[in-house]
Amino acid sequence: MRSWRGTSASSCWARRWLSTMAPIRCVGAITGPGKGLRRALSALSFQISRGLWKKYGDKRVIDTPISEMGFAGIAVGAAMAGLRPVCEFMTFNFSMQAIDQVINSAAKTCYMSAGLIGVPIVFRGPNGAAAGVAAQHSQCFAAWYGHCPGLKVVSPWSSEDAKGLLKAAIRDDNPVVMLENELLYGVPFELSEQAQSKDFVIPIGKAKIEREGTHITLVSHSRLVGHCLEAASVLAKEGVECEVINMRTIRPMDIEAVEASIVKTNHLITVEGGWPQFGVGAEICARIMEGPAFNYLDAPAVRVTGTDVPMPYAKILEDSSTPQVKDIIFAVKKVLNI
Amino acid sequence: MRKMLLAVLSRVLQSPAAAAAGGKTGAISEASRVMVASRNYADFANEATFEIKKCDLHRLEEGPSTTTVMTREEGLQYYKTMQTIRRMELKSDQLYKQKIIRGFCHLYDGQEACCVGLEAAIKPTDHVITAYRAHGFTYTRGVPVREILAELTGRKGGCAKGKGGSMHMYTKNFYGGNGIVGAQVPLGAGVALACKYFGKNEICLTLYGDGAANQGQIFETYNMAALWKLPCIFICENNRYGMGTSVERAAASTEYYRRGDFIPGLRVDGMDVLCVREAGKFAAEYCRSGKGPIVMELQTYRYHGHSMSDPGISYRTREEIQEVRSKSDPITLLKDRMVNNNLASIEELKDIDVAVRKEIEEAAQFATTDPEPPLEELCNHIYFNEPPFEVRGANQWTRYKSAS
Repeated sequence: MRSWRGTSASSCWARRWLSTMAPIRCVGAITGPGKGLRRALSALSFQISRGLWKKYGDKRVIDTPISEMGFAGIAVGAAMAGLRPVCEFMTFNFSMQAIDQVINSAAKTCYMSAGLIGVPIVFRGPNGAAAGVAAQHSQCFAAWYGHCPGLKVVSPWSSEDAKGLLKAAIRDDNPVVMLENELLYGVPFELSEQAQSKDFVIPIGKAKIEREGTHITLVSHSRLVGHCLEAASVLAKEGVECEVINMRTIRPMDIEAVEASIVKTNHLITVEGGWPQFGVGAEICARIMEGPAFNYLDAPAVRVTGTDVPMPYAKILEDSSTPQVKDIIFAVKKVLNI
Repeated sequence: MRKMLLAVLSRVLQSPAAAAAGGKTGAISEASRVMVASRNYADFANEATFEIKKCDLHRLEEGPSTTTVMTREEGLQYYKTMQTIRRMELKSDQLYKQKIIRGFCHLYDGQEACCVGLEAAIKPTDHVITAYRAHGFTYTRGVPVREILAELTGRKGGCAKGKGGSMHMYTKNFYGGNGIVGAQVPLGAGVALACKYFGKNEICLTLYGDGAANQGQIFETYNMAALWKLPCIFICENNRYGMGTSVERAAASTEYYRRGDFIPGLRVDGMDVLCVREAGKFAAEYCRSGKGPIVMELQTYRYHGHSMSDPGISYRTREEIQEVRSKSDPITLLKDRMVNNNLASIEELKDIDVAVRKEIEEAAQFATTDPEPPLEELCNHIYFNEPPFEVRGANQWTRYKSAS
């Protein structure tokens, strides 16, 4: 068993100082990513780049000062000029300072230049709630980045997701925002033979059915996929079989996977860590309403989300600010009327 | 350029009678007409040496040379390019007032010496990025006038197929055209980082205005560019006003060439194309030698307001504008230099004016008659190098196709 290489969130030697940027040499526009890319780039935050710098040196792994707007802009400029940078935000909360570069410089340039200038960049880092880091360090940005055409947004849950999606993100010629999760860095996942192979890539824009079921569809992304699976195993004991879909990609969203599942189960719950208003779940529900799957719903679609409050510090309050397994179970029973 | 020169030559080599019959009327006297007709190519000097203003220096022992040599050919090229930009901007003004150009339109007339001088100092393989007052650089970097005007009028023949507009024009080694004030500065340093990485001895000119000079991200960029010795020339085009705010009211220090602090800087007369060229060459060499970034402040002036929505006279006087026009106009400065040093004749330059006007007219004609982009183009180029996909329109039944 191979685990998602990383360190627990409490190990913070790499605190903000390790906002690293690893320009990856682009060898030939025609043949695509050069040899360098195929080497280990299972990059992670908080010592995630440990080992990378030793292997690739100063030219390719750059420690930046705490200047998010500046270094994000530099990374985007480097991408425009032919490099393939991976720009790491210590957490996506700090990306707010750089969000103009992500949206206005990276996402929109291909369109504004009518396809003349591509921006093959990856922005990655931990997103969403961690543990006890309070309001300014706990926001989920899936909805914010997912809103913007020109960006691709991925949200891995398992090690397989992280590896396959990062590789796909780097190979993609477009700006990709990869929303990792700090609490998942320390969680071990099984990695299949196939996933361990050098060229393992997960296509961006395709969801995965983590658990098949017949009674209700649970759609989630990132850490809460795990919560859904836990809820599903509890509910299975009561005879309720949940189908758990791991979105993997926020934009472009694989709504077809959700639709196909609803045709089977007739019930939908979306589960996310972010706030409810204008969130990922809201988008899923709206699209289901607009599409053919609506006719297969036996009950209105329901959202399980973070509580609509800035994240508090005290543990007892924090626990009520993100969806717990019990909240998912409660929602399932409400929807199924049991 | 050669064609035009030959045409001019053939005219001056004509017999006086033919020249007179050619229809030159007006103020030109018989005597001077004869003089024109008897001058030929050999009568012009090939080059001349000029004194140029000394640059103010910051953390530099030496600056650019205070004398420079300009050849006749260079002079004619600078003249034609500056005149083309001037007339192109004036034509844009006209088209905007006719409501054929919409939205943003930030005109560059008055600042021509900056883009022409800089382009003369660098190579086509170098890189340039600037802010929204970008039409001049778009032209000097190689986009034809007709494609610039057609982009302004939002037609499919525009350099961005009508999808970018005034502030979003791009071409090879020219990264726009950027609408967010100051955002282009980190981008430019990033381009410089790529230059350093690829090791082909290329540099990046990263321009911004006196208004943008107070943006925080610029200081973040100074820091990183200096730390990593990026081959980036930071160029502040100081035209004295950030929108409607004069520099004195916006900046605690208006010595923009010093604002890079630990980065050396020079302050340059931005109305003199030769001064800009020499300073540009100096700065380019500095960067290419691996010493890291350098800051240049070009003191220049814009005749128009900040944009077409700004008449430009509520925060400055007409007298001030008139004074700059009469004493420091970059095109007039160059013209006087060339004529006084026997590098060209007034008639020759007038002929260039005529040719330029014609080119602009034709470009404007194209820009006003070319069709708008088809609806099928709406959702193209959202992504780069991507298989086609569907895009949602105003409602769930309206779908567009997106191709890369």
